[in-house]
Amino acid sequence: MADTPQPPPGAAQGAPPGAEDEERAGTLGPPRWLSLVFLLPALLFLGAYMVYPILFSVYRSLWDAAGTQFVWFDNYAEMFTSPGTFIALRNNAVWVVVAPIVVTVAGLIFAVLTERIRWATAFKLVVFMPMAVSFLASGVIFRLVYEQDPERGLANAVITTVQDTVSPAGAYPDARPREEGDLPALPGGGYRAPGEVSAGQGVAIGLVGVAPDDLPGDAAPAAEPRPGGPDAITGTVWLDFTPGGGGEEGAVDPEEKGLPGMEVRLVSGGEVRATARTAPDGSFAFEDVGSGAHTVQLSERNFTPPYAGVTWLGPTLVTPAIIGAYLWVWAGFAMVLIAAGLAAIPRDALEAARVDGATEWQVFRRVTVPLLSPVLMVVFVTLMIYVLKIFDLVFVIAPGSVQADANVLALEMWRVAFGINDQGLGSALAVFLLVLVIPAMVFQIRRFRREGS
Amino acid sequence: MAEHRKRARGAAAAAAAGLLAVAGCAPGGGEGPAGGGDLAGVQLKVAAKWTGVEQDNFEEVLAGFEEQTGATVSYEPTGEDTGAYLGPKIEAGEPPDVALLPQPGLLAEYAEQDALVPLEGDAAAALEENYTDYWRELGSVDGEAYGILLKAAHKSIVWYRPDAFEAAGVQPPSTWDDMVGTTASTLSDSGTVPFAMCGASGWTLTDWFENVYLSHAGPEKYDRLTAHEIPWTDDSVVQTLETLADVWGEKDFMAGGTDGAVQTDFPTCVSQVYGQQDAAMVFEADFVAANAAEAGAAVGEDALAFPFPAVGEEPPVVVGGDIAVAMSENEGTQELLAYLASPEAQSTWAGLGGYLSANSQVESSAYADEFTQELAQTILDAGENVRYDMSDQVPSRFGATEGRGMWSILQDFLRDPGDPEATAEDLEAAAKEAS
Repeated sequence: MADTPQPPPGAAQGAPPGAEDEERAGTLGPPRWLSLVFLLPALLFLGAYMVYPILFSVYRSLWDAAGTQFVWFDNYAEMFTSPGTFIALRNNAVWVVVAPIVVTVAGLIFAVLTERIRWATAFKLVVFMPMAVSFLASGVIFRLVYEQDPERGLANAVITTVQDTVSPAGAYPDARPREEGDLPALPGGGYRAPGEVSAGQGVAIGLVGVAPDDLPGDAAPAAEPRPGGPDAITGTVWLDFTPGGGGEEGAVDPEEKGLPGMEVRLVSGGEVRATARTAPDGSFAFEDVGSGAHTVQLSERNFTPPYAGVTWLGPTLVTPAIIGAYLWVWAGFAMVLIAAGLAAIPRDALEAARVDGATEWQVFRRVTVPLLSPVLMVVFVTLMIYVLKIFDLVFVIAPGSVQADANVLALEMWRVAFGINDQGLGSALAVFLLVLVIPAMVFQIRRFRREGS
Repeated sequence: MAEHRKRARGAAAAAAAGLLAVAGCAPGGGEGPAGGGDLAGVQLKVAAKWTGVEQDNFEEVLAGFEEQTGATVSYEPTGEDTGAYLGPKIEAGEPPDVALLPQPGLLAEYAEQDALVPLEGDAAAALEENYTDYWRELGSVDGEAYGILLKAAHKSIVWYRPDAFEAAGVQPPSTWDDMVGTTASTLSDSGTVPFAMCGASGWTLTDWFENVYLSHAGPEKYDRLTAHEIPWTDDSVVQTLETLADVWGEKDFMAGGTDGAVQTDFPTCVSQVYGQQDAAMVFEADFVAANAAEAGAAVGEDALAFPFPAVGEEPPVVVGGDIAVAMSENEGTQELLAYLASPEAQSTWAGLGGYLSANSQVESSAYADEFTQELAQTILDAGENVRYDMSDQVPSRFGATEGRGMWSILQDFLRDPGDPEATAEDLEAAAKEAS
């Protein structure tokens, strides 16, 4: 209903010859009825598949869900008061403003740049290729690209790889004390062994929450924490969980392993005195600590969680994410049209500008873009019409839990008409969508007319 | 391998059915197989949402009817959204002869629209003979019987990975408090995330709610809430939500944390447990077995299940399933329903696997494996206290529509379980709007 394409050029161009026919009636050329006969198949087709559905939608929108009761404009009232429509309308506004601009600009950039490179055709082919993929398939592809888990989602895989190179994750992101408060947490992350220790004492720090498979390969059975020499503070950091259960909490049991490579700090008077790393059996030692009380801390660096990536498909980012997918699909279309327009620009205008000393940017900004503006307009308006009725990408990419947040009018129409089986309200939404598309259509048709004359 | 073999068997059956149909049509082919061939030449259409192996098995059951009667039955898959498939067909006046509705709510809607034909003759008798009162009422609207619960899904089981339980030294819990207490925290201590959640598929969250509610508030209140005789702002609802927050509010208990829980759909959550082994338990119905096998686990060895633990006094038994209805008065429609409701047809189906019957005449020995036999037995044992999936009984725009009603409100609650009262009010508002 809403996706009324532009009337075939024949319909618009059919009028002038007809008018001429009238002037020359009975003189020359084929009779008037003949043209009607030739037009008939197209008219019948348009009538059956365009006009009748539109009229029926308008009619159906005045009836209730079951189609048995005439309700006047109740469906329209319901439509404009439902919060679902508002979210859809808001998202549609975002789409109509952002998507055509982004796609047109991207197309312009690709078109201008491909003019200057060697393998232009190959590049264009690659950019244009997504147009050959169905929207549904594109949606499925991007659903995977935006997956949260970096192991599955390409977007997060790239981002997390970069992020983890810049600031690597700790060796034990999941490790934690058994009960909250067993080990007081430090303000910046990390934990502190309870109480204060002085030279000659041993410290036992038990952690849990690390799967046996996640332990470093060199992890050895944990060492019993023993007091070291008179000047030393020693201790053990170990995984206080016996595989298969059992084992005494807080004590080093035979099957429990040390946590090697743990960064341990000795702090006194608010200053870090020494740093040590645990051995494969989880033991560590600070020698020559001097007298006085110290605290033993596990640095926050041990526990830095790996960067989880961006929640692309969460309620806030889902619409921009889908617009990104839309860009991937449509950039090629914009590029090809604009490149065709670019080829038609008179070269002498560009040459003249360059001879007059314009920089390349000035040539682009002051000469190329103005000369291209009719083409840019066509691309922009065409995209606008397509964007208004966007459905498939949103339907496929948005997971069920954020479908309401990513909602657009066409999707809302489908959800209402076939999800909750209210074809009255669904028709009202379809009619509303049609009304929204009309201005862009009228604009487009007028342009074609002007160009034709 | 097994799947291939089943497919091949299905294909063979279909081919055999085709031959029979040809024989039935052949001139002078008077002597049909036993049972008459009295429907020779009759063409029937059956629509259900099953695809793949489920479709093959169902077609094999249908082939039995073709063999008995000489009718030709063609199967149309409806896609995931049966309502969206049937709605326009009804509007156009061309519904299939028999449809499998996934929700009694849909049954009530269609009955109101006069789109259904009540059960008659043999079909009505088969329902009477083989099913208990609760199931008869479930398929009835205003005392008129329309539907037969053909294929049941047991929705009160929690699937787990025994090796994860072993590594943590825990046993399957029998009460909710054990499950969210010792079991979950010990698993977490051992380095395994306790639960994989399927939050992106809203229906899995309604299943959580129903099980906790049924066990907490009892079957009577369950029925009253289903009928919306008590409001959703009732204390029992708020307490159920608070109970759910024992798991939903603990981001360390859910694979991928809260974000992961909300974004993971079914069956991805199953592969999180049995494929990637990121979590130890996943709650969903018996049909998880198929997904677990797909993820590479041997059901019965690497993939086991325990009954949903008791929140209140009794553990819940919630059942879902597909209800067969007649949508046309064409010849053979009622005969087909009578055949499908018979213990013979259902026992055949049970032998093929992936099937659970609510028919009291189907013996548990008919099932191919021990696990399904036990499941069938729990349904038979729970008797009067079994309840059908609530979200599928309420109007579908409240209980069974993507991004609306219970689905989206419970998803919001999973995202932020901070305010059960407000969530209960949202549910009440949505329930009111839908009624």
